[in-house]
Amino acid sequence: MQALTSRAKQVDRSPMTFIEKIYLWNIIKGMWITFKHIWKRKETVRYPEQKRPFSPVFRGLHVLNRDAEGRENCTACGLCAVACPAEAITMEAAERKPGEEHLYREEKYAARYEINMLRCIFCGFCEEACPKDAIYLTETFAPANYKREGFIYGKPDLLIPAPGEKKKA
Amino acid sequence: MTIDWFFILEKIALISGVLAISLVVAMYSTWGERKVAGIIQDRLGPNRAGFMGLLQPLADGGKLFFKEEIIPGNSNRFLFILGPSLAMIVACMTSAVIPWGDTLTIAGRTVSLQIADINIGILYIFGVVSLGVYGIMLGGWASNNKYSLLASIRAASQIISYELAMGLSLIALLMMTGTLSLKEIVDQQRHGGWNVLYQPLGFLIFLVCSFAECNRTPFDLAEAESELNGGYHLEYSSMKLGFYLFAEYINMFISSALMASLYFGGYHFPYMDSLGWDPNIITILGTAALFIKIIFFLFFFMWVRWTIPRFRYDQLMRLGWNIMIPLALANMLITGAMVLYRSNAQ
Repeated sequence: MQALTSRAKQVDRSPMTFIEKIYLWNIIKGMWITFKHIWKRKETVRYPEQKRPFSPVFRGLHVLNRDAEGRENCTACGLCAVACPAEAITMEAAERKPGEEHLYREEKYAARYEINMLRCIFCGFCEEACPKDAIYLTETFAPANYKREGFIYGKPDLLIPAPGEKKKA
Repeated sequence: MTIDWFFILEKIALISGVLAISLVVAMYSTWGERKVAGIIQDRLGPNRAGFMGLLQPLADGGKLFFKEEIIPGNSNRFLFILGPSLAMIVACMTSAVIPWGDTLTIAGRTVSLQIADINIGILYIFGVVSLGVYGIMLGGWASNNKYSLLASIRAASQIISYELAMGLSLIALLMMTGTLSLKEIVDQQRHGGWNVLYQPLGFLIFLVCSFAECNRTPFDLAEAESELNGGYHLEYSSMKLGFYLFAEYINMFISSALMASLYFGGYHFPYMDSLGWDPNIITILGTAALFIKIIFFLFFFMWVRWTIPRFRYDQLMRLGWNIMIPLALANMLITGAMVLYRSNAQ
């Protein structure tokens, strides 16, 4: 039969030799193998001090972007919510009033924008669907929380801080 | 007859010292176990509490004391509590006859670093160790849980089976030394070379059997988590579970000390008698040598645990009855022949 991979190995079914039957020799061999690990490099990442670097394509927590003048990019078109396979995104649109031009870039904006981080699968489809380059996936992940409500991220959690404004913790 | 108060005082100090040392060594064996496991698996092991995680045992102890204690509703309360206590007491009792060092001379008094040098030292150890099975048996029985009971029955039959081979392997040693006193056995090795040179097979059998006696991997059938949900201490929580686990480490310490004393010269170290230093310093060095040997054996216990997978129960029994006991008997026969030949040759 043709082997499926190049790593296929024939099982050795020959009867055990006397040395193998005694088993002690094999124990010594095994112990030598474990003993050699004393000098091996330790793989532990000392977490709070050291952090494992993310891969360049890592998809983490979302942010809502602003443009260069600090106006919200999102126009509440709902394409991200439609694209979302986990249906994690909810939004409510509102109309921009006169005098709010410095806050929102388009005439329509998201009055409510929520992502349920428990449902989100971090596929990045929202990022791809967004026509206004408003939503992005970053390199952080959702911190732990005691309550389910804590995982529903609203606009204050998602929006990147406007120029001159400090983000709330 | 007047009471020698200094003698009593000296013994009390020695008993508390040995007890404290065995508890501390057992405590740090739990740390060492995790460190060795980590190193063998290319991890760091505990490194958070204190320098290199050295405060980890204290943190564990604190946690175990403060955890909720659960006693199963339909269990026998008295026996349930007696189980871990018995395991602990029995583990601590064996240290009484082990010679921790030679004699110290303090203010004209000769102080022996052995709690009790009794003529039947090894018999005493065997007697006490076989009581240890009651702790496990009672724990499993009192839990009113069939898995615990199964595990404790397995443990009991395992310990009894391996104690036979262990005793037989020791008889060969006793025929050679002609004494049951541990102190005398150590002193003989001081002049005539370590027993492991004359009894390699006996030592091997003793080693394997002490693994089984301590319920250590590859013979930890009593707490086979994957088959029995955790073994005889399944229903135990907080410090009562802690005592069971702790007793295992004390047992390891004592059997390491025993192996070092019986086969590796105890507190004897090479060139001990030709140094010509102050006898007190030699004694202290000898005790240090004994502890180095003990620490090596403790490491060996852990090293084996993280190398070899657990035996299947029928394999364990077959190894005990069909291989270990006949081997021990053969060893006894050969030793007997040698002893006879030697005594006739003179």
